Amino acid sequence: MSVKTPGGAMDSPKNHSAGVVSLDWEEAPRFRRTMSSKRWAALKESAIRAFFQASGILTILVLLGIFATLLATAVPAFREIPVSEFLTKTAWDPTSPEKAEYGILSMIVSTLMVTIGALLLAVPIGVGVAAYLSDVAHWRVREIVKPVIEILAGIPSVVVGFLGIVLFAPTLAKFFHTGNGLNALNGSLLLAIMALPTIISISEDSLNSVPAAYSEASLALGATRWQTLARVKVPAGLSGIIAACMLGMGRAIGETMTVLMATGNARAFPHGLLSSVRTMTADIAIELGEVPYFTTHYYALFAIGLVLFIMTFSVNLVADVILRKYQEREP
Amino acid sequence: MKERTRKSLVQFLGFFMLRAFLFLVLAVLVLFLYDIGSKGGPAISWEFLSQAPRRGMTEGGILPAIVGTFLVTVVTALLAVPLGMCAAIYLNEYARQSRLTRLIRLSIRNLSGVPSIVYGLFGVILFVNVMRFGTSILSAGLTLGLMTLPWTITASEEALKAVPNAYREGALALGATKWQSIRTNVLPYAVPGMLTGTVLGLARAAGETAPILFTGAAFYLPFLPHSLKSQFMALPYHLYIMATQHHAILQVRPLAYGTALVLIALVLGMNLTAVIVRYRMRRKHK
Amino acid sequence: MKKALITALVVTGFVSAFAAAAPSQKKMIQIKGSDTLVNLVQILSEEYMAKNPGTAIAVLGGGSGTGITGLINQTCDIADHSREWKQSEIEQAREQGVKPRFFIVAVDGVSIIVNEKNPIAKMTMAEVGALYRGEIKSWDAVGGPNTPVSLYGRQSNSGTYVFMQEHVLGNKNYSPDMKEMNGNAQIVEGVIQDEAGIGYVGVGYLFDREGKIRKGLKILDISKTAGGPAFSPLDKAAVDSGEYPVSRPLFQATNGKPGPQTAAFIAWETGPEGQAIVAREGFFTIGAPAKAQNEKNMK
Repeated sequence: MSVKTPGGAMDSPKNHSAGVVSLDWEEAPRFRRTMSSKRWAALKESAIRAFFQASGILTILVLLGIFATLLATAVPAFREIPVSEFLTKTAWDPTSPEKAEYGILSMIVSTLMVTIGALLLAVPIGVGVAAYLSDVAHWRVREIVKPVIEILAGIPSVVVGFLGIVLFAPTLAKFFHTGNGLNALNGSLLLAIMALPTIISISEDSLNSVPAAYSEASLALGATRWQTLARVKVPAGLSGIIAACMLGMGRAIGETMTVLMATGNARAFPHGLLSSVRTMTADIAIELGEVPYFTTHYYALFAIGLVLFIMTFSVNLVADVILRKYQEREP
Repeated sequence: MKERTRKSLVQFLGFFMLRAFLFLVLAVLVLFLYDIGSKGGPAISWEFLSQAPRRGMTEGGILPAIVGTFLVTVVTALLAVPLGMCAAIYLNEYARQSRLTRLIRLSIRNLSGVPSIVYGLFGVILFVNVMRFGTSILSAGLTLGLMTLPWTITASEEALKAVPNAYREGALALGATKWQSIRTNVLPYAVPGMLTGTVLGLARAAGETAPILFTGAAFYLPFLPHSLKSQFMALPYHLYIMATQHHAILQVRPLAYGTALVLIALVLGMNLTAVIVRYRMRRKHK
Repeated sequence: MKKALITALVVTGFVSAFAAAAPSQKKMIQIKGSDTLVNLVQILSEEYMAKNPGTAIAVLGGGSGTGITGLINQTCDIADHSREWKQSEIEQAREQGVKPRFFIVAVDGVSIIVNEKNPIAKMTMAEVGALYRGEIKSWDAVGGPNTPVSLYGRQSNSGTYVFMQEHVLGNKNYSPDMKEMNGNAQIVEGVIQDEAGIGYVGVGYLFDREGKIRKGLKILDISKTAGGPAFSPLDKAAVDSGEYPVSRPLFQATNGKPGPQTAAFIAWETGPEGQAIVAREGFFTIGAPAKAQNEKNMK
């Protein structure tokens, strides 16, 4: 054990000649009494470090635990249902009196549909707002808008779903002359609102990290502020922006209550934005409460959970890789 | 000249579009808050906040839901806050740039991206079944605790990062061990920030529905929960059933709005408190 | 640091206070299941608790399937269900050592509702089945306007869903385009707002707070066969005699002989006071044969 001290209080004669003061307890037996207390202290330090390290490692264990649990509970489903049928068939009807169907393709497409719909709205608006905040807005505007966006992020998903039922659905029904506004479009609008804060704040961070030199050079060459923003700054921060969008996408894929309340939950393969759709998350929420334990239906719901986990994990992983590459490029 | 005016026009339109986007986002938020505030406000009364639902939940109040949410959030905090702080201490104070550290950070980021219903699935297996806690405040709180963990870790880490390195070095220079230097020179300055940061994570947990759907939330309970092992009513779940599963949803819509208002007030109130406290502390430390 | 410690202690104390209150709590009767029944059973239990202080009844919904699963998994004392148990459920119960006993607490006429603007006033069972199987997709095939049919129904955990599937759809699949709502009330609201809508709900859900039929709804008269007489679900005689073809008993199931508290509650529900409430809420009271069956199952 070495203690680097600038002073000389703990010199051992042996290492006096060295520039660095280090104490070698094994070779200094005359310090035995204090040595065991110091050794005890050292042990305590290692124990404390190990304790903290354990709590860090716990996060890995939780992630692995979730994956393992999903896998273990999903696998029995595949004894009855071929994986190909699970992933490619569009009919999901586990309680059918005719033939139990376990195809989740309709639900996968529904999930992707509301997610992509949400991103089509949230990405331009989110990046636009981020660009505005980072470049154009007066600092006072920024001071007000940033907490406002945090408030938007803090609205619970069940409240957003509630507003989807009471506010958005009747408006959509009137506007599009459909009987009822619980459909994929409603879901996309709501998910866009929920993904916006993530996209805005991470994109804004990314834009703020673009070196000022880039903008200054562009302006010096005669570009307008808009041209600098649109053609220099945003492309420079693109990887951060893409990562932000991927995180927003992950959020939209994983959202449960909002889509459960607002999309109508029909099991059919979606035939347009105005059709009622059922996402994977909503299906689990609907059916988990009624399914008897340890039946194929039960295992199949966990299999859906597994697919969800893999989807969000992949999206987050890609976002991670992009963010890391982008951070490595930083001067 | 034409080129210059064209460029100016493009800029004007471009910035106008961005301003319009910002306005749109703000307008949506204002719309939400106004709708809930105006339609939920009339439903709020002392009776609403202090009584249980009556007459098939068409009258009365939401006290059991408020209490249930409070209790579950306490359990969540008891799991997520200490664990989050310890993990953050490891990451910021002890960890070196190693594969393990990268793996931990990767896990944290991925945990924050796991869908809430998947946490619910995990909670059903781990807490309800394997640990035999059954559907209870305990199961639901622990499930939410796991979900909140990434947020408490991140918030705690930020608080730790804010403590200047000079503090640590000063302690070490005086002969303190690593832990002593953390305990005396870092934590006292970081803990307030850690706690306020974690409150934001807890506010999020209080508003979550999916993880508690199958780990303990109940449709209607005539009494307040009497132990950690009982089921409970909760504000977000109550809003959900008032809006979708109640037998007279239009009739109870005002009550649903009231519940939404209380829920938002709770969540935003927690956020606001944390932000104000953090702001005050930053000023104190300058 | 100190503040945090104090807060933690206070909170822990608060929580333990709840735990300490546990012994004084009487055992709660847990009821789970049918959404059709949940409102009725909730009101019944409220009035029962008011008359019998010291009793505690918790009513959770979730659908008939959820209730039956709850009884099988032994997570509730009474399962409300609006359909008969499936063979698979009976077998599962046997595997888990659960022997269900059934009590009929009310009678329902499942009502087929359409929007009040829909010109149709009656249909045959076969037509309703064809609509819900997705075989008929446009209203003009049954005498209505030339608009696509907008189907509203429940989810697979609902007893009403299964009951309709067995008795009206002939045990065939529902149309995948059916909007699967979370409860009876959502179906009512959906059909009121949707001119092309059609839905099925328990008869108790047709009425508003004052006991009048909800505005915006039209209740179809249903006939068993084409050309035969059509009856309304509001016609008690027709529902009792079975002439209204979509009538069904509403059940409560217990695991074996019900315990004393549970038995007392069920006896009250099926007695004169409970049945008066059943009628007040828009459902139909049970007949003499059902009463006799209930008494037999109590022993």
